[in-house]
Order: sequence, then C-alpha cells, then structure tokens
Amino acid sequence: MANDYYNSSDLKKFGEITEWSEELGKKFFDYYGKVFEEGALSAREKSLIALAVSHVVHCPYCIDAYTKDGLQRGITKEEMMEAVHVGAAIQSGATLVHGVQMMNKHKKLSM
Amino acid sequence: MAIKKSLSARKNELSNPENQLHFLSNGIFREGKLASFEQKVKADNDFPLRPKKLEILQINVGYMCNQVCAHCHVDAGPDRKEIMTRETMQQCLDIIKSTSTHTLDLTGGAPEMNPNFRWFVEEASKIGVKDFIVRSNLTIIRSNPKYYDLPEFFKKHNIHVVSSMPHYTKDMTDRQRGSGVFNLSIKALEELNAVGYGKEGSGLQLDLVYNPGGAFLPGNQESLEKDFKNALKKDFNIEFNHLFAITNLPISRFLEYLIVSENYEDYMTTLVEAFNPAAVANVMCTNTVSVGWDGYLYDCDFNQMLGLKVASKVQHIKDYNEKLLTNRNIITSQHCFGCTAGAGSSCQGSVA
Repeated sequence: MANDYYNSSDLKKFGEITEWSEELGKKFFDYYGKVFEEGALSAREKSLIALAVSHVVHCPYCIDAYTKDGLQRGITKEEMMEAVHVGAAIQSGATLVHGVQMMNKHKKLSM
Repeated sequence: MAIKKSLSARKNELSNPENQLHFLSNGIFREGKLASFEQKVKADNDFPLRPKKLEILQINVGYMCNQVCAHCHVDAGPDRKEIMTRETMQQCLDIIKSTSTHTLDLTGGAPEMNPNFRWFVEEASKIGVKDFIVRSNLTIIRSNPKYYDLPEFFKKHNIHVVSSMPHYTKDMTDRQRGSGVFNLSIKALEELNAVGYGKEGSGLQLDLVYNPGGAFLPGNQESLEKDFKNALKKDFNIEFNHLFAITNLPISRFLEYLIVSENYEDYMTTLVEAFNPAAVANVMCTNTVSVGWDGYLYDCDFNQMLGLKVASKVQHIKDYNEKLLTNRNIITSQHCFGCTAGAGSSCQGSVA
C-alpha cells in the first residue's frame, strides 16, 4: 500500500470501479458522459461548473482533470479562477448563513 | 516560456535529429510502459503506412523566421540561415507544372523572409493550382515596412493565407509565440480583413491555426472555431474562415519544453491513450510530399525536421517521380502519435 491517500496516477484507474460492480459502474459512467454533452448549457460552461465543484468537494483528481479540460477548450486562467471563486463564495456563504442559526439559538438562550 | 534562440544556435543536443529520434524510441517506449506507434497501428491498420494519391506539395522555403515560438517543430528563428535557393525553387516550379497535386503549400520559418519568395509565388501562381497556400505567421506583415504590402500581394495572387493564432487572448498567445506577438497579429489580421481576406463573398480565404499552448491536446475544432470567431469579432471586429486545430508533436522545441517542464511522459501517455485508428487512414503523409529548403523530399514537415528522407529511390525534387513516390513506405516513429490522437491532426486540422 502507498503511504499517500491520493496518487495522481489513480485517476487513470477510475474506470476500474466498474470491475467490482459492473451494472452500477456502467450506469454511472453512461450518466456522467451524458451530463457533459452539449445541452441547454454548453460543454464549455459545464467544464467551468465542474472545475468550481471540484474545488468545493476538495477532489484533487477532478481539479487536475477539469483544469486540463478547460485548457483544451481554450478557457482562460482568469475564467478558471473566477469559477473557483464562485465555488468558494458559495461554500463560505454556506458556512456563514449558519451564523443565523447561531444567532437564533443565542437569542433564544440568552436573557 | 520565453525563448530567444533556436536549439541550433544554443547548440542544444536536441538540435541533432538523431538525438530526438533516440529519445523518442527509448525511455517509456523501450521499457514497455507504452506501446510503440508501429504496435498501435498494426492492431487495426496495415503497417507500414502507404501513400494514397498525392494531393499536396508542401514546400519549406527556409527555416529563417522573425519569431522564436516555444513550440516550434522547425526550430525556426532569426538565427537560422537555411534558405531555399532560386535554383531549387525553379526545380519545384518544373515539378508543379507536371504534377497532379492540386494544393501547393508554402511554409517555413516565415516563408516571406526568403529573398525569392515573391518571385516564386508569382511564377507558381502563373502555373495555376487549385489551392495555393502560404503559411504566414502574421507578425511578419507588420515587422518591417518592406512587408506592409503583403496583404495586397497575397490578394493579387489569390493566395490562401493560413496563419497561426494559438488563442484569442494576449496572455496565451504571447506565452507561446513571444512577447508582443498578439498585438502585432491582431494588426496583421485587420490588414488582411481590410483587403477582403476572411470576408464573406470575397473568395479570399483566411484560416487560422490553433496549437495548444502547453502539454495538452486541442479540444474540439468546431467548438474552438466558434469561440475564436465570437471573441475576435467582439473584441477586434476580425473575421476569418476556418480554424484548424493542430496537435503539438513531441519534436524539436516542443520536445525540449516537454522534457524541461517534466511533462514528457504524461504527454506521451496522453497521445498514446488517445490513439485513434480512424485518424490513421487520413494522416497527411498519405496525400502529401514535403520538400525541404535544400530540395530533399520527406513524408511530412515533421519527418523533414527529423532528417527522415522518403524511403524511395527518388529523394530530391530534381528527380521527382510521382509513380515511384506513391510506391513508397512512409517512415514513422513515436512522434507520429501526435497526428493520430483524438480527432487526428494535420496541416489542415482534424482528420477524423
């Protein structure tokens, strides 16, 4: 076993999850492929959303994959960084909006 | 990655094509981590590759260039002195008169820097080929007043202009092609548009070439063309006809970049994993003959830079024989993965 939890070469083995659960693995990859096709949103827009989400869910494999995907699509570094900030803003907003819950509880318990 | 001089001027060991070929045949390929080009082709196609009908004569009129691009497979630059002579040009003209090829494709370096470039274009255009391409790097048009009239000159001879433009933003263009290249290229495109190039109904064809600005493959050609057209129109009111998405081949200065940036193994893995048997059938070496500045013949411009002359009794333009050349085996190595990855790649863009 490797001593590192993450190994960049594991990304290439992603498809192997199907070997231990063929039906579910296949359904997932079919779904995944379909999601990223051109639709109401362009594949380019979807790539930027994927990059932002990759950061929010702290997935190093996904960050590598969608940075490369963005470069291939001609997406600029400024667009990529703005997408990351969108993810970061939502994530920090999600934390801060819980401050209201804290305030509610504080008010309820305080004289 | 700012580069000021060619590999040749820097006496870099990669300036020797034999060293490049040795490098490409060893390492991950020798160790068996990756299948060789020959092994991959043999799985689905006939090997060795053989030419079909010769349709394109691509002539490299010299390696001199006003730019020193980081990815250049020619290792071109101001310090390169290899220039086609008028005598060799005349030999080419004699062949153009008799050949059945329908496309003449002039490349370099910056072909316009050859002192006999205009004479050659004038003489060749008199012969009449269906498609007469000049690969212009754009900045040459604005580099010196003696080149300012090139748009008019191209128009006069109905030249099909094909120009490099790796991105519609300054940052990504200048990183690959050098500081200031983007602004000069935009100015040159405006000049070409002004005489009718790229304008609907003008009949004057202006195509752009997109090369990725790093160790990744080009995306979908159609999508990139759409994005380029929208951005160049919106930002600069520039129009063009088609965008050709071309993969960077792992030779010369791009190979140097891959090695120095420690991207070589990953890039080769990407190319091999993206191998597309359908692209093999349409690779450009099956319908093209490349002529070097000294008149020697090659399967493609890349093989020219690797010093791999055609495997034929006929090896020089003065001895050109279409029947013998069509009956040759095409020389391949690991660099050929660049033309067969994904949608395939040729001087005319995607092939599959």
